[in-house]
Parts: sequence; C-alpha cells; structure tokens
Amino acid sequence: MMGDGVEDGTTARAGAPLVVLSGVNKHFGRLHVLVDVDLVVHRGEVVVVIGPSGSGKSTLCRVINRLEPADSGTVTVDGVPVPAEGKALARLRADVGMVFQQFNLFAHKTVLENVTLGPVKARRTRRADAEAEAMRLLERVGVADQAHKLPAQLSGGQQQRVAIARALAMHPKVILFDEPTSALDPEMINEVLDVMVALARDGMTMVVVTHEMGFARRAADRVVFMDGGRIVEQASPEEFFTAPRSDRARDFLSAILTH
Amino acid sequence: MDLIVDNASTYLDGFAVTARLTAYSAVAALAVGLVMAALRIAPLRSLRVVAAAYVEVLRNTPLTLVFFFMVLVAPQFGILPPLGFWTAVACLALYTSAFVAEAVRSGINGVGVGQAEAARSIGLTFGQVLREVVLPQAVRSTVPPLINVLIALTKNTSVAAGFAVVELVGTGRRLSTANAGDPWVLVGVAVCYLVITIPMGLLATSLERRVAFAR
Repeated sequence: MMGDGVEDGTTARAGAPLVVLSGVNKHFGRLHVLVDVDLVVHRGEVVVVIGPSGSGKSTLCRVINRLEPADSGTVTVDGVPVPAEGKALARLRADVGMVFQQFNLFAHKTVLENVTLGPVKARRTRRADAEAEAMRLLERVGVADQAHKLPAQLSGGQQQRVAIARALAMHPKVILFDEPTSALDPEMINEVLDVMVALARDGMTMVVVTHEMGFARRAADRVVFMDGGRIVEQASPEEFFTAPRSDRARDFLSAILTH
Repeated sequence: MDLIVDNASTYLDGFAVTARLTAYSAVAALAVGLVMAALRIAPLRSLRVVAAAYVEVLRNTPLTLVFFFMVLVAPQFGILPPLGFWTAVACLALYTSAFVAEAVRSGINGVGVGQAEAARSIGLTFGQVLREVVLPQAVRSTVPPLINVLIALTKNTSVAAGFAVVELVGTGRRLSTANAGDPWVLVGVAVCYLVITIPMGLLATSLERRVAFAR
C-alpha cells in the first residue's frame, strides 16, 4: 500500500513487528471512529499518534489491549491475535501497559499497593519481591517518598508518574499512553514527559497519543497523523513537522503551531 | 403490659424464629445478590440478560406471590416441603437478593469506569477486578442502602406467618386469640421488631461515618 522506509513504519531503531493492526474498523453507534486502520509498531519503537480531537486516536490506543473491541480487522501483539474476553485476554493485557489521561490509580489503595497489585495478582510474584521492585520503580519515577500515601493525597503529576510505575511493574512488552498529560496542570506536564523521554531512551516500545508536539519531536521515532478515523500520514518527526505531505496535516499543524 | 411480661417466653420463642428467619435469609440474599450484581456487569451479554431478568422479575413480584409460588410449585419438583421454616427462608432470600443486587449495582456504578479499566489493563481477570478494585470501593456507598434492604427483610419475615411459620406475627395471632384481642399483644410484637431494626439503623449510621474516605 505504501512505499518503503518510514512510510510503511520501518524506522532506524525498529526491531521485529510487535503490535500489528490490520484492517481495523470500529463504530460507536453510527459514528465510524476507526476506518480500515493498518498500523505496525516495532519492538523498541516510539510511535506518537496525533490528530484533531475526535479523530480516533484514543480509540486506536484502546483497541490494542481490547478495552474497546474492534468491530472488524485483526490486532496482534507479539504475533498473538488479541483474544476475546477471558483469562487469555487478561494474560495479554498483563504484557501491554496502559497509562490513562485521568491516571486511574486505585483510589482505595496506597501508592505502593497500586504498583504491586498487578505483579502479585496477575503474575503471582511474591509480595516481598513485588514491593522491593515497586520501590525501585517509584524511585525511578521520583515518587518513592509518597509510597504509603493514598492517590488523592498526591498532585496530578505525581499520580501520573505512579501510573507509569504501575505499568512498568508488569514488565510490559509495550506501553500505551492515552493523552497522559492532557489532564495535568501546565507546571506538571514536564515532570511526566521527562519520565516518558527517559523510558523511550531505555528502549521501551511505546504508543503515545498526545498533543505535546515537543515530546513528539524529542522522543518519537515515528509520528502517525490521524483524521476522521483514518491514518492520514506517517513520517519521522523531522519530516512530519517540517514538510507534512497531506493538506490535513498541514492545516492541523498550522492551527496548533500559530501560538 | 402484664400480658407481655406474663407471656415473655412465648414472645421469646417467636422472636427467636423471626431472628433466625432474618439471619439465614440475609446471609443467603447477600450472597446471591452479590453474584447477581456481578453478573449484571459481566463481559458476556447472556449473563447480563439472565441477571437482569432475575432481578426484575423478583423485584416486581409481591413477596406473598413468591411464597405462593414456592409453596405450590417447588414441592412438585421435590425441592422443598410445601410449608415450613426453610421454604420461608428460600422465599425471603430470593426476594431480597434482587434488592441486594440493585443496591450493590448502584454502588458499583458509583465507582468510575476508569478504575475497572485500569485494573483490566494490568492483567486482572474479571473476578479479580471485582474483588480487588471495584467491590471494595463500591461497598462504601452500598452499606447504607443495603441496611435499608435488611430492615425491610426483617419486617418482611412476617409474611411467613401466613405460611405456617410461627414467628413473631404468628405468635401474636395466637396470643391475641387466647387473650380476647387485647391490643397490648401487638404492641409487644412491634417492640420485638424494633429490637432488631433499631440497632441496624444505628449500625448504618456509624458505618456511614466510618467508611467516608478521601477520593
């Protein structure tokens, strides 16, 4: 369908295909939110998905771990088709981390318990081991001193960093970020983006839906531009931001970059 | 007044039956209701439909009719003897479980969908999502309405009096016949119910205060 190089999703850092969507369609009632979406995310790659609101970016992110089941088409992760409901789907989700716009930390559990719940319950890790690792991860994202507080006692930026630690605790093959900084106060955005940039440098495979163009420039291997439920254009960040090929991408960029 | 004191042991027998009816039915109704509430949000549509039908049928059927149905129909399948304590427990538990399911479900709906999505996304199974994340948070807003359901159950046990179970109302009827309709007989019965329901109300109030927490 597309040419070679970055257009079909091959980038310099890319390993073998890890997440593959082909011919994915999704409707919400009469709204066609994903239209024949094909996307390949390679191991170690950071793919940033941008586009106007309502373009299907978040839905694209959520069909990968089947929080939204696709109506048609196939989604595979590491060669395995994403199963329908049941234990097999739970096992697959354990390998696919997710960070949400609203953080979604478990409100009744401490920060430490938020991070250990998955390893202890889904991976059957011994609690002591899970706690030791959780403390290392909380250290890494800079909130270790908050380990015994409840989420509501933390700032938004701190909560989102805990959410990233919670995802990392599962040793996921890929982490999906669904507008991770959109609910944050401006002064807290960078502390979260810094953690994400560090993760990208460490070689984590990431799919990031965001409006942060600075992050896309700094950390993305590839930018995917969506509009009207379709992937309109994919390119390296330099190419996309300096010379977008499609009119819609040009309009979008000029609309957000004028200020 | 003297009449109540003189018949204290008779009252006590009736009270004991009502208390046991309430306790057994409550435990069974809570268990069944919890399962039904879980099924109503299950990922499989067929389970949701079955649970919704169960709740709507029982919630909208008069309790007396549930009793008649169990007394007349269940024995034909050899499930229960037509009359007696356990038949009454079964009827009360079935009927009450529908209200328990609704109370729990509204509590579950009060927990944001994001909580369940986050729990699913770290690989928890449906049962783990409910046990570890959703129900512990739902319980906090479910306890007060649940206690109202149990207070209603306590009073509903009186329907069993019409089906050969001599609980408080049955006892009251016998004493009333023996004492030429003395109005104090029924005052004694009412006081016995209050002994069960007032502490429940107080418990609801204190639990409500204790489970209030920061979100």
